Amino acid sequence: MVNTIYLDNSATTKPLKEVMQAFMVVNEQYYANPASIHAMGVEANDLLIRAREQVADILQTEAKNVLFTSGGTESNNAAIFGIARSNTHIGKHILTTEIEHPSVLETMKQLEKEGYDVEYLRVDRRGVISLDELRTKIRKETILVSIMHVNNEMGAIQPIKEAAKMIHEMSRAAFHVDAVQSFGKLAISFKEEGPDCISISGHKIHGFKGSGVLAFRKPIRWQPFALGGGQEFGMRSGTVAVPQAVALAKAARLAVETMNERSNKYRQWHDEIRTQLESYGEAVHVLSTPQGAAHIVSFSVRDLKGEVIINAMQKRGVIVSTSSACSSKQTKTSHVVEALHLDEHYKKGVIRLSFGAHNTIEDIENFKQVLAEVMLELKGEKK
Amino acid sequence: MIWKEILIRYGELSTKGRNKMDFIRRLRENIRHAFADLGQLHIRTERDRMFIAIEDEAQMQMLITGLPKIFGIQSFSPVAACEKDMDSMKKLAITIMETFKDEPHTFKVEVKRTDKTFPLESHAIQREIGGYVLPQFQNLSVKVKQPDIELRVEVRHDATYMMAQVIPGAGGMPVGSNGKSILMLSGGIDSPVAGYLMMKRGVRLEAIHFFSPPYTSQNSLEKVKVLANELTKFGASIRLHVIPFTEIQVLIKEKVPSNVSMTTTRRMMLKVVDQVREEIGALAIVTGESLGQVASQTLESLTAINAVTNTPILRPLISTDKLEIIDIAEKIGTYETSIQPFEDCCTIFTPASPKTKPKLEKVEHYESFSDFDELIERAVKNREVYIFPKKEEQQDKFADLL
Repeated sequence: MVNTIYLDNSATTKPLKEVMQAFMVVNEQYYANPASIHAMGVEANDLLIRAREQVADILQTEAKNVLFTSGGTESNNAAIFGIARSNTHIGKHILTTEIEHPSVLETMKQLEKEGYDVEYLRVDRRGVISLDELRTKIRKETILVSIMHVNNEMGAIQPIKEAAKMIHEMSRAAFHVDAVQSFGKLAISFKEEGPDCISISGHKIHGFKGSGVLAFRKPIRWQPFALGGGQEFGMRSGTVAVPQAVALAKAARLAVETMNERSNKYRQWHDEIRTQLESYGEAVHVLSTPQGAAHIVSFSVRDLKGEVIINAMQKRGVIVSTSSACSSKQTKTSHVVEALHLDEHYKKGVIRLSFGAHNTIEDIENFKQVLAEVMLELKGEKK
Repeated sequence: MIWKEILIRYGELSTKGRNKMDFIRRLRENIRHAFADLGQLHIRTERDRMFIAIEDEAQMQMLITGLPKIFGIQSFSPVAACEKDMDSMKKLAITIMETFKDEPHTFKVEVKRTDKTFPLESHAIQREIGGYVLPQFQNLSVKVKQPDIELRVEVRHDATYMMAQVIPGAGGMPVGSNGKSILMLSGGIDSPVAGYLMMKRGVRLEAIHFFSPPYTSQNSLEKVKVLANELTKFGASIRLHVIPFTEIQVLIKEKVPSNVSMTTTRRMMLKVVDQVREEIGALAIVTGESLGQVASQTLESLTAINAVTNTPILRPLISTDKLEIIDIAEKIGTYETSIQPFEDCCTIFTPASPKTKPKLEKVEHYESFSDFDELIERAVKNREVYIFPKKEEQQDKFADLL
């Protein structure tokens, strides 16, 4: 493949050079265990403290409320289990949405087996929950509400700020936001949007796989599930991966600093591609909405398997994916696509392209051309 | 920017007759010192109050966060200024009153007309401004005697000045107005608190620390330096004397029975401190001792230890509970540093069962077989001195990584 155009940044991103550089230096110079009391350990710990403060500043919380984890899945698992299991004195009622990431949904299923009462909020055709439904579903004994900020398969944005206000006014529930897809693309902070708990992943923001953050607005009742040496304020044991933490802090800073500039670019690309897709009429259905996140364009080709399109594009050097990388190897229709109540004709062929910091205007021009070619080719094949 | 200056009301020193000018001078110097980063401040002093000119918003914010830490200030108020016409004055009054959020308040307007050429008289100004402000805020009601908020308006020759907010200060007396003492700074929770309390009463401090490498690590010394630096936030520089104490401790361990070794150790420390105190011209010794907290802090122990000197030993925490001490430590920001787990010279060589009621004669008897005085002199001579606050010479080596 020559000149690969990578448009699968919601699956993972290529790490930035600056981030890799920092990671190398930390591994070479500050590799000591930050819990050690010798000078090298103290120095590594000083660096860890700085990384933690940097992330805390970005999310507008205090450093002691920021935990470094192994990624989005761990953060989501830890948040949900941790809050659910330590608040049973209030109740066992939990709210989430039907289009969450599997790392949330599967955790919820486990809690259901353990006797928790989990309710799933529906979404409309734009993939957005209804605040009215949320209002009717919140109860006195609701202990946790978990809502993702941006959907990973089609980019719908949920009304986090409004939901946070409603949840806090009506209940004692903690509000967890899976911001894995939104961080660095949309503003999200404890002060502004007001959730109690946020999950972030490093590799979605040009950092590394195997690194993430779970952050809290303020200390809350929470039960750790990684037990051991009491690292991370006793909330997540295990020797802290200082290089990963530093890399994540740096990737997060760069993401936030370039956010506006990138957003404008993504929005323009998104609109251009949407216009082209809509020109195919009945043959294509665009799942993403203009109100959704700019960096994700999700669409479906009528009566065609997604795999066919992915292969056709790949032959021409363009990398896109089916609706989500995690579920792309499964043959059944994704739960998000089901939740959107798509016409049967469009269920099998959902394609997602997602932009990243390395993409250029040329990439997008090339993609548009490849899309045109592929559509022409498929039209012929489909008779 | 509407802000013009900050008005500072003196603490207790307002009542102290003849030394007043000295107190005011010290307070002004301490303020200058605490805000050295802001460059040369314009400070104007009067008999009962002091004014700092404000140049920009950032400077104002630094002063508002920093001034509550400085002793000798009862309270202070940001003062705004505007043109000498009723329209500007009304507008400014609204801006100022907006800083008091939505809670219900009683208020009144107090007017002073220094510039007698101003067309309206005090009462008229008062009525006009009060009448203009009141209907615009639902949370305000008028109360003439002891209102929550007093909007003070002063029509001077150059402009009209206005203020309403009164921010409480730290109280106490300006550091330095009550002489100098030497603080025994161990690195634990108590001694920084003791130092803070003495500073509050106007005492200038130098600190002394006993360092016993390799039994105590560089980390424990760094921790003490951080604590000394923390204390400088309360308005004065501090010199830290670090005494090489290993030799003396090892000799004590060899020559003195272990159950009284702790008493002897404290006695030797006190001898060292007393010599340094004399050299630097301090008047008293300050410790963080609290009665009965540990074996060395029983009345019997204190008596046996105290016997080596006639110098006043000030123990501001003597009757304070540990939890009360921790509360203050948290408030002044030394707690987190103090609880870092590094060995200090008091925790190494600790005998399993130290005597809580050591007998002075016996301790003196055990000590009489060794020549400590020579070692003490050497320790005093070989001490290292650090000055805080430390200038920010250290460059940020992590900046590139983050």
